Amino acid sequence: MSQGEIQLVVDRLEAVYNHAIVALHGVSLTIRRGEILALLGANGAGKSTTLKSISNLLQAERGQITRGSIHFEGIDVLRTRPSDLVRHGLVQVLEGRHCFRALNVEENLVTGGLGRGSSRVEIVQDLERVYSIFPGLKAKRRETSGLTSGGEQQMTAIGRALMSRPRLLVLDEPSMGLAPLIIRDIFRKLKSLNESEGLSILLAEQNSTVALQYADRATVLENGVAVLEGAAEVLRNRDDVRAFYLGERTVSDEGSVSADRAVDNPRAFETIA
Amino acid sequence: MLDFDYSFLAEVLVGGLLSGVMYSLVAIGFVLIYKTSGVLNFAQGAMLLFAALTFVSLVERGAPFALALLITFAIMVALGMAIERVVLRPLVNKPPITLFMATLGLSYVIEGAAQLAWGTQVHGLDLGIDDTPFEVAGILISKFDLFAAAVAATMVAFLTAFFRYTRIGLAFRAVADDQFAAFAVGLKLPRIWATVWAAAGAVALVAGLLWGARLGVQFSLSLVVLKALPVLVLGGFDSILGAIVAGLLIGATEKLAEVYIGPFFGGGIESWFAYLVALAFLLVRPAGLFGQKIVERA
Repeated sequence: MSQGEIQLVVDRLEAVYNHAIVALHGVSLTIRRGEILALLGANGAGKSTTLKSISNLLQAERGQITRGSIHFEGIDVLRTRPSDLVRHGLVQVLEGRHCFRALNVEENLVTGGLGRGSSRVEIVQDLERVYSIFPGLKAKRRETSGLTSGGEQQMTAIGRALMSRPRLLVLDEPSMGLAPLIIRDIFRKLKSLNESEGLSILLAEQNSTVALQYADRATVLENGVAVLEGAAEVLRNRDDVRAFYLGERTVSDEGSVSADRAVDNPRAFETIA
Repeated sequence: MLDFDYSFLAEVLVGGLLSGVMYSLVAIGFVLIYKTSGVLNFAQGAMLLFAALTFVSLVERGAPFALALLITFAIMVALGMAIERVVLRPLVNKPPITLFMATLGLSYVIEGAAQLAWGTQVHGLDLGIDDTPFEVAGILISKFDLFAAAVAATMVAFLTAFFRYTRIGLAFRAVADDQFAAFAVGLKLPRIWATVWAAAGAVALVAGLLWGARLGVQFSLSLVVLKALPVLVLGGFDSILGAIVAGLLIGATEKLAEVYIGPFFGGGIESWFAYLVALAFLLVRPAGLFGQKIVERA
């Protein structure tokens, strides 16, 4: 698959929890190979539900997809087991990291290799690779994961995902609860993996400032609907977008944002009006 | 208590500890399944009965000891995997009470099937170990109890090595730690569950033979599950170490209570004293001695 080819397509996805609570009503997004897509939105906008759907993890949380489709490199995601998706190169780092707390750091990493079905030799090679990306983990390899710092746990979770040699890495709120310097460190590592190996990355973030700094494109969700989509560079400079959708008070003193600033995106305009 | 008989105390204590090992054996079967799938498998006792009954029936039909053991082992592994596949897997993500009810029903189905296949009469089970007590430092010890303890120790050592040094063991610990994360990482949960149920079947075989040899192989053998419950409460439902330590504690407490407190109540307190201990323990430490310690930095 060549650079720039479409790798993941989410098409008009609708999802409910417990057959009653509607979480998504029409989310569409696409990722091209080698790009970083940020999925932005406020609390409850549907970011996590979208990501869990992409890894087909929703049924484990008593959620169901009621309409729409997801295709990853031609595979029908909603008909593929999560363990098979991992083997096909689609791996997710869950919100809140979800390290195996009672296992040590290295054991955590090895489980990622087991998930892919790697051989012993491959696991040893991949461990070295992860340690070269996150040298801090090597020093802590024998420590119980639950006792390492939040940043180390996030690196462990990312390293564990890398152990399965993904082609699309999905990250849910990687910045959650971490100090700005550590967030920067982690995002730089992700960016360099993206640039050096062409690893595609889909990340959901509430911290839109950081996400837009490293992403190529972004899709914004509001109340379970994808309301706008565009180049990260453009969105970065649109204070109105950030004010309306991401709950950031960055609108300048001009008072209310005039309609013409949103008019270049009709869907955004509709929602605002 | 002017002339307290210390050697008698020691004898009661050792006897209690050794009988406690027998409780641990049953409890370990529960722990294996509870740890990885959160199911309290009430059918563990029925599996134990099924194993003992199958073994005895094979021996009575003229199968040599080793062959009967091998066949029963294979049947128990198959039974464990079949239960996982047919009963538990379709119920994944259902509330714990649903799963518990399923295993409760299952335990009667297994008991019924065992009796349908092998009949309802009581069988004696002779493992070839004569139960003559022998004396160590003035204390009488049952040879059979010692054998049971050795078997239990071997089994625990084997299980521990399995979980620590094998790939499937690591996967097992990962699932026990965080099932959702294990699912997301790509571990094949159904395969792990099947392995665990197979292991629980094998543990049921070991416990079934030892308990069967002690009590005779009969319907009431499945009621030893009730003996495992206080052990689980005390040790924690998800700790193998807890099952061992709590089994020893319950065994010793029971015997000591019977001998030293029993006379004040006219005796017979051994059968319910363990539950009293478990109840008291629930109030103080609901997670048990070794139950799921959440390892997390504050």
